Amino acid sequence: MGGRDTDIVLLDENGIRCDGRKVNETRKVTIKAGVLKNANGSAYIEFGDNKILVGVYGPRDVHPKHMSDTDTGILRCRYHMAPFSVGERKNPAPSRREVEISKVIKEALEPAVMLKEFPRTAVDVYMEVLQADGGTRCAALTGASVALADAGIPMRDLVAGCAAGKAADAVILDVNNEEDQAGQADLPIGYMPNLKKITLLQLDGVLTPEEYKQCIEIGIDGCNQVYEIQKKALQDKFFGSGEKQ
Amino acid sequence: MSDGLIIDQLKKNQILDLLKEGKRVDGRQFDEPRKLTIDIGVIPKAEGSARARLGDTEVVAGVKVQPERPFPDTGDKGMLICTAEILPIAHPSAETGPPQPPVVELARVTDRGIRESGMLDMKQLVLEKDKSVIGVFCDNAVTDHDGNLFDACSYASTAAINACKIPKYEMQDEKPVKIEGEFTEPPITTLPVSVTMAKIGGFIVVDPTIEEWGIMDARITITSNSDGNVVALQKGGSDGFTQEELIKCAELSVKVGSKIREIIKQSK
Repeated sequence: MGGRDTDIVLLDENGIRCDGRKVNETRKVTIKAGVLKNANGSAYIEFGDNKILVGVYGPRDVHPKHMSDTDTGILRCRYHMAPFSVGERKNPAPSRREVEISKVIKEALEPAVMLKEFPRTAVDVYMEVLQADGGTRCAALTGASVALADAGIPMRDLVAGCAAGKAADAVILDVNNEEDQAGQADLPIGYMPNLKKITLLQLDGVLTPEEYKQCIEIGIDGCNQVYEIQKKALQDKFFGSGEKQ
Repeated sequence: MSDGLIIDQLKKNQILDLLKEGKRVDGRQFDEPRKLTIDIGVIPKAEGSARARLGDTEVVAGVKVQPERPFPDTGDKGMLICTAEILPIAHPSAETGPPQPPVVELARVTDRGIRESGMLDMKQLVLEKDKSVIGVFCDNAVTDHDGNLFDACSYASTAAINACKIPKYEMQDEKPVKIEGEFTEPPITTLPVSVTMAKIGGFIVVDPTIEEWGIMDARITITSNSDGNVVALQKGGSDGFTQEELIKCAELSVKVGSKIREIIKQSK
């Protein structure tokens, strides 16, 4: 991002990153669907050291009432970080960053959710970041779309999230916290793998047009890998290993 | 606020029908931004200022420069903060009170474009390391809203910062003291320019008006720097883009942005 000075070697001479990954490798992703009792749908995702819990409520009555739409259901998203999720305690009140991330995640999920099926209702998606380590918006988006599917809400596709970026002059996949702080660019992507549409895209940091193309390409590749894990989480829940909920 | 304006179905059909014939409601080409005029120095009390008028969208940006205590982890760099607000005089839908998510997004996208481009060499804005640095605050006030506030705020901010004067400060007894009447040029490294494109019925149009904004499926704001590199990006709206569309949008933003950059340069 800002190219902050640190002593960490982001990429060694063998092309290995500070956490031992290759440039085109994602962190370990595990997802479990249906982890909460009260929510209509839920998911727990670990994306490297990120730990995020997502709960979905709805379709249900809209409160406050004036927000309801007679033509369509509405999607409301809240991305929130727990005060203990980061190094220095975070003020629990929603920051401007969280307001913005909530908005871009909402807009990333909307194309996938068939909201017209249930007018005058709301679907609420609550994403609670319990531990953050770079790339939380992609991880939260990934978990949120599994939780929506778990809630049985009609969807056109899942949305998978994964960031690409640039650190130590190399294009890399799935930017971690160190690379975000000391690297040169971070390009989070949300992608619908079957419809082949990018629904979340942001960038901070400098990329040449060529690097930009490469980042989108490997980012989509990362999203496709994440998508397989999303599908597996849903399969395990619904057709799974005999485990009773 | 700036989203979700109710445009009647007729207007939507008209805009779509025209796009299918390769035309826009106001007669522009798809890749043609509205006329941009920039006036510099409109607020003499601010260290830098600009009024940007993009079609009928108008933004006034003012730069204030003052010494600040640096953040603990960036004591070797100056401070740069951009904000944006939509004044209630700008549009009937604009409301007073705490900023709603679209306004928060506007402010953060404006800030990101300037910040991530490294427009100012922040290392040159240090008075004493870890003690006192120069803070540059660029505040945007939207005074008239006819769509695409992202770009209007980007142009106003870049023009205002580019034209600002940094007052001279000296450290005396560990405190920064302003030396009256002495100024230096800001350490400008590049001129970031954002270009916002709307996707309407599969067509991509540059610099949407408020009518196009109201009916678009999705939008993308891409900021490029003087070298033609991409420095910041924000997708919005309730649809997605294909990979090909994104590459086309980046090329468009660099191309359109270079013309806008000339207008900003000449305004100084």
